[in-house]
Amino acid sequence: MSLMKVEGVSLAFGSVQALRDVTLDIAAGEITALVGDNGAGKSTLVRCMAGVHRPDSGRILFDGSPVEFRSAEGARAAGIETVHQNLALVEDLTVWQNLFLNRELVRGPFLDRKAMRARAGEMVAELAVNVPAVTARVRRLSGGQRQAVAICRAAGFDSRLVIMDEPTAALGVQETARVETLIRTLRDDGRAVLLISHDFAQVLRLSDQVWVMRGGRCVGGMRTKDTTGDEIVSLVTGTKGST
Amino acid sequence: MTAHATAAPPAPAFWRDPGQWADRAAAVGLVVLVVIFQIANPTFLSAGNIRSMLVASAILVVLSIGQAFVVATGGIDLSVASTMTFAAVLFGFGFSRGWGVLACCLLALVGGGLVGLACGVLVGRGRITDFVVTLGALSAASGAALVIADGKPVTVIDAGLLALSAGGIGPIGWSVVIAAVLAVGAHVLLFRTRLGTHVLAVGGNPEAATATGISVARIKTVVYTLSGVLAGIAAILLVSRVGAAEPASNTSFLLNSVAAVVLGGVSLAGGRGTITGPVLGALLLTALANGLTLLGVSPFYQPLAVGIVVVAAAFLTRWRR
Ligand SMILES: Nc1ncnc2c1ncn2[C@@H]1O[C@H](COP(=O)(O)OP(=O)(O)O)[C@@H](O)[C@H]1O
Ligand SMILES: [Mg+2]
Repeated sequence: MSLMKVEGVSLAFGSVQALRDVTLDIAAGEITALVGDNGAGKSTLVRCMAGVHRPDSGRILFDGSPVEFRSAEGARAAGIETVHQNLALVEDLTVWQNLFLNRELVRGPFLDRKAMRARAGEMVAELAVNVPAVTARVRRLSGGQRQAVAICRAAGFDSRLVIMDEPTAALGVQETARVETLIRTLRDDGRAVLLISHDFAQVLRLSDQVWVMRGGRCVGGMRTKDTTGDEIVSLVTGTKGST
Repeated sequence: MTAHATAAPPAPAFWRDPGQWADRAAAVGLVVLVVIFQIANPTFLSAGNIRSMLVASAILVVLSIGQAFVVATGGIDLSVASTMTFAAVLFGFGFSRGWGVLACCLLALVGGGLVGLACGVLVGRGRITDFVVTLGALSAASGAALVIADGKPVTVIDAGLLALSAGGIGPIGWSVVIAAVLAVGAHVLLFRTRLGTHVLAVGGNPEAATATGISVARIKTVVYTLSGVLAGIAAILLVSRVGAAEPASNTSFLLNSVAAVVLGGVSLAGGRGTITGPVLGALLLTALANGLTLLGVSPFYQPLAVGIVVVAAAFLTRWRR
């Protein structure tokens, strides 16, 4: 069953045509991979889905009905959470403050800090995330721990689609393995995951469906079990075109 | 916490950790100054002198609170002192036309708030650099003050306003009470409300704040408006202390408000800050001026001393984590 459909989406930044007539869909309960070279337009497409950018033309359907998010707040309210490539965490705030950023629990006009700390502890424990303490400042965490916090935030709040833009690009082998486990946990939990990755082995390991972008276009899509690393590479580099 | 929980690295002993000293530069500096001045002149810590230092610090404390919020978002408000002058002149404008003191106070608050709002909208929505916008506001507000006052002071004599500067709760003056209440309120706002968290988030990482749906433009507008309203309150305290509304430049208040915030450990890059720090910073600067005067040092040396203290504090922040 399709959870999100992108239909003919185009977006230009001045003279740079970042997205050209992109059409693809993301199934509920699956890990969908999005691959492509640097500059192919993956992050820009993700930002359209997350309500950061608005497409010049085309439309996005979520759960069968067209959506037009006015801000990241709108997409989050609909159940779309994003782990952005540039790690959207505030280093000087604590883990729990980041987990609840713009989703703070309040009692009257005041923050319910106790409840947020307790709930943050549970969120971290549910995903078996390895962080020193939820009261630690993000500045003191390693790259892998930060990524885990960002994923934890995306997984919380009953999100239905979790988008991850190159979540393991900056991580070591062990940290990558942990994050991959997290991604599987999310799918087994019934959520749809859109995974952007440069690591084709990882894509073949994790995903159910692969979409390939090149030069702002979506140039192909196939079921992961029916494809090979070589086929993906040739689509990414353009030695084989399917459109 | 979890099966994977790793122990946090052991913190170094408090007194050997330069980061701790840097975070508490204002408190440490204040204690050092108090000890030095008390040894040099035992009347420094007399009840009368403490009282007059607190009264003298009230205006700077109020301005520094506003400055702290702006700096916490990664901005800077160069217009605080001029906005205060502008609001004071508005007060005098109303007073000279026979308005009641309450109406004059309201006029000062609204005037200050509007200058702040204008700065906030230009910075937030117009995306013009904080420095440029508030530099423009500095000039515009002091110019407007000169125009409205026609360059002349208005004497303000009113029993109620006199009580503000002369009366108080027991030995503590009303202006000190007002500054203290504002400081406590500001602390609660910064650390116990969503708005405060969003202020720190916008200063720490504007992109991250935006990605969670926080509006950077809205937060910028709020902090500059807050700073403007606080400048309006400072204007009322100033008028009550001087007994007149004058279009004076008050530049030292601007420099000292930034100095108090830096001394108070608020990061000029944004994202980190407290209210206690800048308040202690303002007290330190006032104690410095008072102590030097008590020792008979020429007032010409005061700006020099302030400069040295601020640079020394900025130097300490190199060790912050
Ligand atoms: N905010 C922006 N302003 C201008 N150009 C942009 C912006 N974001 C992305 N681009 C351009 O759009 C193209 C696609 O970028 P991006 O989506 O980041 O690619 P990818 O994530 O696939 O590496 C690039 O040419 C990039 O320079
Ligand atoms: Mg990218």
